[in-house]
This record gives sequence, structure tokens and C-alpha cells, in this order.
Amino acid sequence: MLTFTIRRLLLAIPTLIFISLVIFLLLEASPGDPLGDVPLTVPPEVKEKMREALGLGQAWYIRYVLWLKQFFWVEPLYWFDQAFGTGFSDGMQRIISFQSRSPVFDVIAQRVPQTLIVVGMSYLVGVMIAIPIGILSAYKQYSWFDQLGTFVSMIGFSMPTFFTGVVLIIIFGVKLQWFPSVYDTTLVVRDWDSFLAQVRQMVMPVAVLALYNAAQISRFMRASMLDNLGQDYVRTARAKGLGERTVVLKHVLRNSLIPVVTVIALGLPTVFGGAIITEQVFKVNGLGQLLISAIHANDIPMVLTLTFIFAILIVTFTLIADILYGVLDPRIRYD
Amino acid sequence: MKTALISALAIMTAAPALAERGADGDLRVLYWQAASVLNPYLSTSAKDVEPASLVLEPLAIVAADGSYQNVLAEEIPSIENGGIAADYSAVTWRLKPGLTWSDGSPVTAEDVKFTADYCMAPGFGCAVLAEFEGISKVEVIDDLTVRLSFDQPRFQPLQAFLGQRTPILQKAQFQDCLGAAGASCSAQNFGPIGTGPFRVTQFNPGDVVQFDANPNYRDAAKPAFARVTIKGGGDAMAAARAVLETGEVDFAWNLQLPPEAIAQMESAGKGQVYTAFGTMVERIELNQTDPSADLPAEERATSAHPHPFLSDPAVRKALSMAIDRPIIAELAYGPAGQPTCTITPTPQEYVTDDDSCLTQDIAGAKALLDQAGWVPGGDGVREKDGVRLQVLFQTSVNSVRQDVQSLVKQWWSEIGVATDLKTVEGSSFFGGDPENPDSLARFLADAQMYTDAYYQPDPASFLNEFTCASIPRPDTQWQGSNSPRFCDPVYDERMDLLHQTAASADRQQFAREMVAMITTEGHVMLPLIHRGMVLARANSLQGTAPNGWEGSLWNIADWSRSK
Repeated sequence: MLTFTIRRLLLAIPTLIFISLVIFLLLEASPGDPLGDVPLTVPPEVKEKMREALGLGQAWYIRYVLWLKQFFWVEPLYWFDQAFGTGFSDGMQRIISFQSRSPVFDVIAQRVPQTLIVVGMSYLVGVMIAIPIGILSAYKQYSWFDQLGTFVSMIGFSMPTFFTGVVLIIIFGVKLQWFPSVYDTTLVVRDWDSFLAQVRQMVMPVAVLALYNAAQISRFMRASMLDNLGQDYVRTARAKGLGERTVVLKHVLRNSLIPVVTVIALGLPTVFGGAIITEQVFKVNGLGQLLISAIHANDIPMVLTLTFIFAILIVTFTLIADILYGVLDPRIRYD
Repeated sequence: MKTALISALAIMTAAPALAERGADGDLRVLYWQAASVLNPYLSTSAKDVEPASLVLEPLAIVAADGSYQNVLAEEIPSIENGGIAADYSAVTWRLKPGLTWSDGSPVTAEDVKFTADYCMAPGFGCAVLAEFEGISKVEVIDDLTVRLSFDQPRFQPLQAFLGQRTPILQKAQFQDCLGAAGASCSAQNFGPIGTGPFRVTQFNPGDVVQFDANPNYRDAAKPAFARVTIKGGGDAMAAARAVLETGEVDFAWNLQLPPEAIAQMESAGKGQVYTAFGTMVERIELNQTDPSADLPAEERATSAHPHPFLSDPAVRKALSMAIDRPIIAELAYGPAGQPTCTITPTPQEYVTDDDSCLTQDIAGAKALLDQAGWVPGGDGVREKDGVRLQVLFQTSVNSVRQDVQSLVKQWWSEIGVATDLKTVEGSSFFGGDPENPDSLARFLADAQMYTDAYYQPDPASFLNEFTCASIPRPDTQWQGSNSPRFCDPVYDERMDLLHQTAASADRQQFAREMVAMITTEGHVMLPLIHRGMVLARANSLQGTAPNGWEGSLWNIADWSRSK
């Protein structure tokens, strides 16, 4: 198991470097221009100087290697300095965003809390709804509860979040005025009132995303439960005289959770990736909104860094899912 | 008499009941495009300049009517008061006495000189460098006086430090940010110290800016609001909804939306929409060079190959006559635009008299094409000597533009011109990548539509965009502002003349003639709509006033909340 993990970790390094190169080349080949937003009245000579100030005057491979150095060397050194008060990174240029001319990681750090709170909460809520629904739907297959569960998850699956989000805003924000439609990222929870305000502004975005997540996971849970309910060991357990509760919740559920845990682990990187559309609709301004606005502005360092972080997360969580599989199911060993 | 009474009454009721700083609490503003930096020298996008204008102020601004209004300057320099040298070789600005920065330190001429040096420093990439062009020397005469000298006489000498895009920075704060060092000054760029009515208290780039009232603001009774939050994110529709329907915010910016959507939201009764008209004009440009794919790549859309049919003035005129501009304004723009025949729509002195283009004339256009020998072929598309009137018409992705494209296609088909439509993603269309075949400067199409604008009432530098020298071509890496590739020696002569003319009546006369050469006479550019900035304000918000020259928050110091 350990050798497997080490082998996988080592293999991840060339994979990630290859991914970063592909992202960089894709951004390079795209026709957008970081200065596309500059008013047309700005003369070309001035634009050329602005372009040079952004470091765009150099060849692509030099910029790529520079970015690699900044990402893997300068940034870790800077964090080390911040943590231990040393000065190794003094005078070194960190990765700078084209849009804000400030270090990319500072902006990302500002955005992580919003995304983790809203998208993370919705994932948690989604999982907590999905698992009981999946269990019950499978246990009482084709009952009215199963039919209802299927119907709701079909709705969650097929309705895009930009639609459900706007519908919720119009009903609960505009007509009933229960919840705010503009998310306040500056709100600090320090007492009961501000806590309530935080809950109120989270209700709609969390509901939209939780519906979407729950729809997917509940279908997996149901299918996995159905697979196991028909197995011989379930009949044996029942024949032993175990109660239905023990049979379903102890034997069947534990075995059925194995593939579902993998699905949940594989879905976790999307929590960090943020929810581009939902964040935009509710003005949560987390990582998803950061990515999409950086793409619109052709802020290459920001897009490259963000997508690369997502790539690292996806590779990491795939590895975690693989290892979890081995841990949960002793039949599967990689060595 | 009655209207005079009403307006007198309106002034009386509008007068703030409480003239005390910070008495009106919080002001919530929504900019659906969020600010990413608060330093106009780094970014001239409205989303960045307008929030910065609460803090940073220039020496003077342009008022709604196109006149100059002093802000930090004691008065507007002129020949009469000696501020402008008699030979137009220098401008002397004098600061108001007793001004302080929000940290309490005095504002001096050194700050003004420093700001000029900051923008002109090599390696910095100043976004408004063009405004400082030609300044050869900046001298501090005394604590409050600074003189800008030009390398040659400038008959339009007020550019730098006029308008919110060139405000004064504090030397003490920015002195370590000269040249290439400016890139890593994020603390300064995110929290500039200024002289304006507010101070930055928190800035999350791309998300939200928070301000509080500047305790050292020069008018002790202003601003009426104690705190301002400018939130970013979402889209124009959601922003309009937040002001007009839910009332969550007091003010929203840049709401180009379908006219019926705005009217419906306004009917909720929580707020109102108003429009600030500047110089934005949506126009169609007709390519004077041949973009044909049959030519070698380096020769496409170059002056070596005139356009096969758009070089015929009759065709261009017919295309203009076929368009019904008032219908476009009504269907696609609503409060956001008015039909126009000029590209210099304001101030009035620069507007050409000819507004005949406002009347559609399909029959006239057909007759004109018949006369010029363009006759309908078998499929109804006109042709002459084997050349078909087949137009490729491109613009950026934008629902309003796509509506207008299909209207125009319909009208052109009525006069026997076939149109293929093409849409390009905005950042690609407006981008300057020389390899990009879809950019508006490369112009590999026959017609294209977009909006251009300028920031100074005198359009000389704007008109300079259409000289032969400004044509994008291979040896300029396809950079250049003259995308229709209009080239007329007479126009260039007039341009030189304009650069050497001081008298404003003459300047206006030349400018009008030059605009006519491109538009109402030459029809190389077909102006369509004089566009405005659509803004929404809550009913309780008082003191907002449209000004198309400066940002939407230009007079925020005068805003207050009605009780």
C-alpha cells in the first residue's frame, strides 16, 4: 500500500507539470488580449508599453519557466518567510495578477473562505440529504417515496443552477423578500444577529447547490444499495435472524458506501473550484467567480495558477479515493 | 412661470435637511463589474476609475455641459488669467490654498509634479500616458503652483490632471513606486490616500470596496453619507433588480438591458433609471480595403487592395440610407440611446447640422444603386461586372448588438445587399493580438459595429484616429485606430490645420468638416446610436446628476438620503 502510494505520488509530478504546460499553451493560443478592456482611445504605443510592463514582451517559454519558478520556488519561500519571519524571498517577484497588479495568492486567499463556506456547506448538506434518500429509495424500490426521490433528483439533475438560482431569487428575494439576493462578503459573524444574517444570505445559494449535489449522490447511493440488497450475504444475514435494521444499516449500507465514498471524494475538488454560475448569480464572489472574471479579462497568471491548483486538487483527491477504496474494502489491495 | 415655480420648489425640497457630515449613514452601490485596482494610472476601465474617484481627485473635471470645473485647482487656466502661456507652450496650475490629504498632510505642487513623473516613468506602463504626451518639463514654482511645459505649442493644453482618469497622487505614499517598481505596490494601489470625500477602509479586488467619510474633506458639511460600499459581481439584470425591485442597494451602474425589462422593473416603484450621455456612439464601419481570403494573408485588408464595392461612395451611401436609426433606438436601446448621424455628439458646437440620415429611404437607396450600375441578379442580390454586393458584417457578442445586426441585415436585403453575420467574443474582438484574425483592428470583414468614445470635449485627438498614418497595417503589427482604413489627403491636411489652430470657433468648424468627411459625406462610418450610461438610483437617494464626461459617481460628495 505504501509503495503504491509513493509510486502514485511520484507519477503525479510529471503529470502535473504536463498539465501546467498544456494549460499555459491553451491560454497562449487563445485569441483574447489582457488589454482587451483598455478603451479604444488609448493609442497603440501606450498599449505596447503597458504590455511590456506586464511582462508580455518576452517569448512564451521564458514566461512559462518564470511562472514555474514563481509557483514552485518563490511562493513557497514567501510562505516560509511569513511563517517563520525569515527573509529568503526578499526582492523576488511573486506571481502578479494582470488585473489587480497584486500577488495572485493574496487574492485567492481572500476568496477561499467564501467558497469553502457556501460551496462546502452545500456539498455537506447535499451528502446529508442524498444518503438517507438513496437508502430509503432502494429499500422501498418503486414505492411512492422512491418515485418522488427519482422525480426530485431528475429536477436537480436537469435544471441548470442559473435557472433555479434566478427562480429562487425572484420568489424569495423579490416577491417574498425573505432572503437577500446580494451576498455580503464583508459580513463578519460576531454575535447572534450577524450569525442570522450570514445564515439568511447563505440559504439560497446553498439550497441551489445542495439540490444539484444531492441529486447526483442520491442516485449513486440508490444504485449501490440495490446492487447489494440482492446479494447472497444479505439473505444469509436475514436467515441468521438479524433484524431488518441491522441488515440494512450495518451490512448493506457499509458495503454500499464503498463506491459512494469514492464518488464523494472525487467530487470534493469541485468544492474548491467553486461554483462558477451559482457564485455569479448570488454575487458570492468566491473562487469560481474569480476564475471566470480572470478568464474574461485574460488575466493569464491568475487563470494559470487557479486551474493548476484545481489540477493538483483533482490529482490529490483521485489518489485519496484510490487509497480509501483499499482501506474500506480489504479485498482490494494494490501491492 | 409654472415650471419656474415647480423647479424653485424642487430646489427647496431637495436642499438637504441636515447639513452634517456622515448624517445619512450607509450608501450601498452595485457595480456588476467589480473593481480590480483603485489606481487609474494602472487601469482606465470605468469599473476601476469610478470607485477610485471617491478618493482621488484631479485638478479639474469636465462638467455635464462640456465646460471645465475646477476641483483642486484655484481656477481653470486660460490665456486671460495667464494660466495658459500666450504662445501655448505651457500651462500653469494653481492649487486651492489649505487643501489636505485624508491623512491630514498638506497637498502641494510637489504632489502634482510627482504624479506626472510617476506616469511618465519608463518601464511603468502608465495607462493614461497619452494625456501626458508632449510634456517636456514639470516645474514646481511655489508650494501651490506647478507649470507644465510642452515640447511644442499645444492649442488644446488642458489634458493631464483634467478628468478623473488623471488624478493627483500623494507623493509621500507613492514615491517608492516609480517605474517598474510600480508593479508590486499593491498596498498603495489598493488603498490610495486622496483628497476626495471618502477614504478606502477595505478593498477586496474583484469583489468589494468599502469607504468611510474623509474627516479632512475640504467641505465640512460633506459628504452626507458616513460609509459607502461598492459591491461587484453578478450581471446587469441582477443589478437593476437589486435597485428597482428588491431595494437592497441604492445605486447601480451600466444597465444596458432590454427597454421593456427596465420599464417593468421600474414599475415596482422603488427606484428610477436615468441616463448620462457622453461621447459614446455605436457605429458601423465600412472596410475601405479588400479583406478577401483569396489574397495572401499579409495583403488582406491593406491599402494595396481597395475594397471591390465599398470603395464606391454610392454603395456606402445606399447602405446608410437603408438603415432606420430611430427604430434601432426604440427597439434595442430604449433609455440607453438616441439615433444620431455624427460621431461627435456632444458638446453641441461640434455636432454637424446634417441629420438627414435619421430618415430611412429604401426607395432612394435602390435608385442610387441603380444609377451607379449595381443591378439585381437572379437571386435579387445586386451586382456589377461580376462583383456581388455580399457583405460580411461582424460585431462582438452582445444581445443588443445581435438584435441590431439582424435588423440591419433585413434592411440591407431590401435594397439588394446580401449580408452574412458574424459575432466575435468581446475580449477577442477588442483585443490587440496581431495574430488574431477576429479583432476589429485586423478587420477581416466588410462591415463591423462597435462603440467608441473619448473623454475631452475637444475631439482633436479622437479625430486623429482616422488619419492615413493610423491605419492598422503589417508594419505596425496591425495596431492602429483607423480600422475602416479611411485615407483622404484632404482630411489629413485638415488635421494638421486643426493642430495649429487656437481659436475655438475655427477648431469647431474644422472638426465638424472632418466628421462630415467620414460620416454624412463619405459614409465610411455610419453612426447609429448616441449611447448613454444607464444608471439606476433608489427613490430615497438625492443629488445624483448625469455627467457623460466623468464617472457616474462624480458628485457623490453631494449625494444624500431623503428623510
